[in-house]
Amino acid sequence: MKLNDPYEPVIGLEVHAQLLTESKAFCSCTTKFGNEPNTNVCPVCLGMPGVLPVLNKNVVEFVIRVGLAMKCNIAQRSIFARKNYFYPDLPKGYQISQYEEPICSGGYVEIDLDDHTRKKIGLTRIHMEEDAGKSIHDLDVDTLVDINRCGVPLIEIVSEPDISSPREAYLYLYKIRQIVTYLGICDGNMEEGSLRCDANVSVRRKGEKKFGTKTEVKNMNSFRYVERALEFEINRQIQLLEEAEEVVQETLLWDANQNIAYPMRSKEEAHDYRYFPEPDLVPVVVDEPWIDRVRATLPEHPTTRYDRFIAEYALPQYDADILTTEKSYADYFELVLKELHTKNKEQIKLVSNWVMTDVLRVVSEQKIDIKHFPISPTRLATMISLINDGTISGKIAKEVFEEMLKSSDDPRVIIEKKGLMQLSDQRVIEKVVTEVLDRNTAQVEKYLAGNEKVFGYFVGEVMKATKGKANPRIVNDILKKKFAHIQVSKG
Amino acid sequence: MPVTINDVEHVAKLARLELTEAEKEKFSQQLNTILSYMEKLNEPDTTTVEPLSHVIELSNIFREDKVKPSYPKEEMLKNAPARTEKFFKVPKVILER
Repeated sequence: MKLNDPYEPVIGLEVHAQLLTESKAFCSCTTKFGNEPNTNVCPVCLGMPGVLPVLNKNVVEFVIRVGLAMKCNIAQRSIFARKNYFYPDLPKGYQISQYEEPICSGGYVEIDLDDHTRKKIGLTRIHMEEDAGKSIHDLDVDTLVDINRCGVPLIEIVSEPDISSPREAYLYLYKIRQIVTYLGICDGNMEEGSLRCDANVSVRRKGEKKFGTKTEVKNMNSFRYVERALEFEINRQIQLLEEAEEVVQETLLWDANQNIAYPMRSKEEAHDYRYFPEPDLVPVVVDEPWIDRVRATLPEHPTTRYDRFIAEYALPQYDADILTTEKSYADYFELVLKELHTKNKEQIKLVSNWVMTDVLRVVSEQKIDIKHFPISPTRLATMISLINDGTISGKIAKEVFEEMLKSSDDPRVIIEKKGLMQLSDQRVIEKVVTEVLDRNTAQVEKYLAGNEKVFGYFVGEVMKATKGKANPRIVNDILKKKFAHIQVSKG
Repeated sequence: MPVTINDVEHVAKLARLELTEAEKEKFSQQLNTILSYMEKLNEPDTTTVEPLSHVIELSNIFREDKVKPSYPKEEMLKNAPARTEKFFKVPKVILER
């Protein structure tokens, strides 16, 4: 899309999030991912005659959490419906979902655009439903079906057509992921399918009020694919309109290998879901006390926390963004601050730098949960306090940090053992400086002749001679003093 | 509104049923008989009555989120018309592009 494009895309997203319950939505089979095919299965999963689904209470709790975090209206009464369609991964012949009276309606998700403005993406509804099984088309000439995932609880978050670019769609999805993971109701893993996204896309001339014909794009199973698939589809539609052709309302599948979306051609074409109220399940009634109880357990909203990091800690937006990406990162950062008892903005920025660059680098390199990071917030705080009080330099601290990754020793012990204590003794440093100057008479002449860049060379030599332990501030002072002295004695 | 042969073909397609012409004829007649009997329900005036989705006045029947053992895989697969060692087997459902 070019800036001067006469067209604008209109995008609405349907996001499915798999809930982190222990057991399935309507039976007691486990929701565990990756078990042997068809081993997390019972007669309810298979839709055997005479079985009765019973709703998992945590499904309702979790959807109330999301609804509150996304400022939805929580329905006092909601009911389930049967969505009827015939497909082998759905043994009952219908999916238990919600249709006419979903549990959440309205609400919004706020996204931070690249120009730092904030945009509200409205929500139509959030409802509860069950997942289908998995069809495998490439292991056999026939299709093979694994029912393990059948009945795993999902929520579907349906947005209004408020999204105006692939980038906004990415940011919206990112925010949804952030919110559901903060709430602890979904692991947010798109590659494993715990977060899935379908898009309704249309294109219209700018200023036009009416929507163009939309298509539905599916199978975009990573954040990057969502952006790429939408770009592809928008350009395809614009091209059709440019050539005075019509956009056909159809479902397209994204092919990440070829970077194209192609029309889905399945034998299941005629969608006629014949929704009707699910007679096996009774209505869900959510009263105010229940909502209040759930509200009291909500963590700080990621956007609120981001804003607070900027307001309270004077952090740059960049830092606040990275530190609040995951709740566990923000928790770690704030635990370090708490240990340091500091309100000093420079010290807070120092902590932010350590968490962003050093801690998160190792966390992402080793692909570990920050909760299992070998350096606890307390130990990191101790180390940073040793920089603050001059025991070690920032440079030596990197060495101590590496050591702390390997041993559970207190940083003070590591510094002691390795002899990394910062050298602040004036006389010792002065002796080293004198030696360095004596060894480098040619460089000294250069400096005295006005080449100030050589100063750094001397600092470097002193640091080398002290294995990096000399206090750089004192080294600077002594060098300046010495040069002044030489100059005076020469002049 | 009588059920036409077209209607029968439509619902049969949705249920993936293959019907002979004779069956289509027979089922449209049977469906018409059933539906015209059900027409009786349209007689009372229901304009002021709330739609009923459930006959028992119950709500909030829940289970706690506890895992119980699933059934043995063999039990679950044994009624399948076609299967492999581990999977249910059905005719190919996606057409190649």
